[in-house]
Amino acid sequence: MSTANKEIGPPVIELGAMGWLRKNLFSNWYNSLLTIFGLYLLYVLIPPLVNWIFLDANFTGSTRDDCTNEGACWIFIQQNIKLIFYGLYPTEELWRINIVYLILLISGAYLLIPNLKYKGWVGAFLLIIFPIICVVMLSGGLGLEAVETRLWGGLFLTLVIAGVGIVLSLPIGVMLALGRRSKLPVVSILCTIFIEIWRGVPLITVLFMASNMFPLFMPEGVNFDKLIRALIGVMFFSAAYLAEVVRGGLQAMPKGQYEASQAVGLTYWRMMALVILPQSLKMVIPAIIGSFIAIFKDTTLVLVIGLFDFLGIIQFVGTNPDWLGFSHEGYVFAAAVFWVFCYAMSWYSQRLEKKLDTGR
Amino acid sequence: MSSELMIEMKNVHKWFGELHVLNNINLEINKGEKIVICGPSGSGKSTLIRCINRLEEHQRGNIIVEGTELTNDSRSIERIRGEVGMVFQQFNLFPHLSILDNCSLAPIWVRKLPKAEAKEKAMEYLKRVQIDDQAHKYPAQLSGGQQQRAAIARALCMEPRIMLFDEPTSALDPEMIKEVLDVMVGLAQGGMTMIVVTHEMGFAKEVADSIIFMDEGQIVEAKNPKDFFDNPESERTKTFLSQIL
Repeated sequence: MSTANKEIGPPVIELGAMGWLRKNLFSNWYNSLLTIFGLYLLYVLIPPLVNWIFLDANFTGSTRDDCTNEGACWIFIQQNIKLIFYGLYPTEELWRINIVYLILLISGAYLLIPNLKYKGWVGAFLLIIFPIICVVMLSGGLGLEAVETRLWGGLFLTLVIAGVGIVLSLPIGVMLALGRRSKLPVVSILCTIFIEIWRGVPLITVLFMASNMFPLFMPEGVNFDKLIRALIGVMFFSAAYLAEVVRGGLQAMPKGQYEASQAVGLTYWRMMALVILPQSLKMVIPAIIGSFIAIFKDTTLVLVIGLFDFLGIIQFVGTNPDWLGFSHEGYVFAAAVFWVFCYAMSWYSQRLEKKLDTGR
Repeated sequence: MSSELMIEMKNVHKWFGELHVLNNINLEINKGEKIVICGPSGSGKSTLIRCINRLEEHQRGNIIVEGTELTNDSRSIERIRGEVGMVFQQFNLFPHLSILDNCSLAPIWVRKLPKAEAKEKAMEYLKRVQIDDQAHKYPAQLSGGQQQRAAIARALCMEPRIMLFDEPTSALDPEMIKEVLDVMVGLAQGGMTMIVVTHEMGFAKEVADSIIFMDEGQIVEAKNPKDFFDNPESERTKTFLSQIL
């Protein structure tokens, strides 16, 4: 009997495309109904969208009069691309931004390719030297003409705010989380107060404070750049959220890991850096990236203090009399670009999780 | 046996809240001595050995390890932790590091050994506990017995003068207990000063110089193995032995 069983496969009805369809889409009457309804919804939504975005859209031309087709007028984006990507940054200085992008792109790609040597050095370069290059290249100095930050704008400004906010808020968040769990009551209370205040205030309030209130507290004549004030606000705001995410990871660590580290003689900071944080940060990667994505999208709020980020400038361009009435195109374009960046972060988070998995 | 005093506990008391977990502990352990501590759960035996490397803080009395008294001074704690290795019931290997890195981490960062030397030494000890072929795997890929042997190797890599074992075989499947005990017996024969909390009475008979029975935070009886098993004095010891033998 047992030898005969080898020749029996799964029932034919469960194999192949038909089997899959039957199992997943038409397993019973309400599942079938849902499937049909879903297909109908796709039929109603997708073709008009595709038509509007691609098939009936206008891609070539230079003025609104060239938009003769039914669909989207991408000429609007095309004609304003410099504003949308770089804001009012002087055209003859744009190469400076592009070089910064290029450096970032090359070193980022280098870090993403597996099994390359000297990744540590490239990482150190990105974290230590690259920011200095950015400051000099973007705002001027060392013979480069100064470009005031009020001219910065568009996607470039969004990336600056989000990038600085994200990169600086993680270490601050980690320190705040450690501080909140500290055995020293003063440290713990101070960190807790700091975190709770920042988390209890909407970002828009933080930005208003940074832009309007903060100068009132400064001595006469001291004037911080508005962008820097906004950056500091975004950074602390994000750090407070990250602190709580990281604290969650720290709390999930088994006590045995602390004890084993202490037993082999590691001091507090080494224990944290070598044993506890690598594990607890790994546990909360999805939540950390979630915070990053939120901060990236929240940068659009800087519009309220008069900084023209990516979305802000698209709205601004839409008010140009030459291009009135093309806000749909602008918003769809903005959504697509935001989605690309956010999805990239999400993708990287999953990749990182897989890479760091040691099968606990 | 030379009588160099390694650990001295004088009138040690500890409370968890109202609970008196260590009640007037007096203990002297000489170099090379092997002490087995047994007793019912909650009797304070784990707490006792955890006080020796300051994973728990004693509240009264003195604990002196190799001439250094344990105080709140972090330097005394660091010095003692450098001399005292510990093996836990749940192994507590670092899951994000390979076995080799588990073993070389503390030598590199605490002893400041060059990386290559630390890894070489780690391999040496891994060979001694017979898992050198697993050195590049992660803890989760090893069996319980292998993990516990790796944990022993990790402790040994710091070249401690004293080893503490906190129920090292209690979390293991029965067929893996022996491989861990074998390593411990080998270590004992090599002359290591050891304090072992365990219920493995066969191990106690074989290697212990002295067996300590604890109950309700007190040392009830401390004797050499033969007297301990043949002529226990206290009723509590007798009851305990009748239950586990």
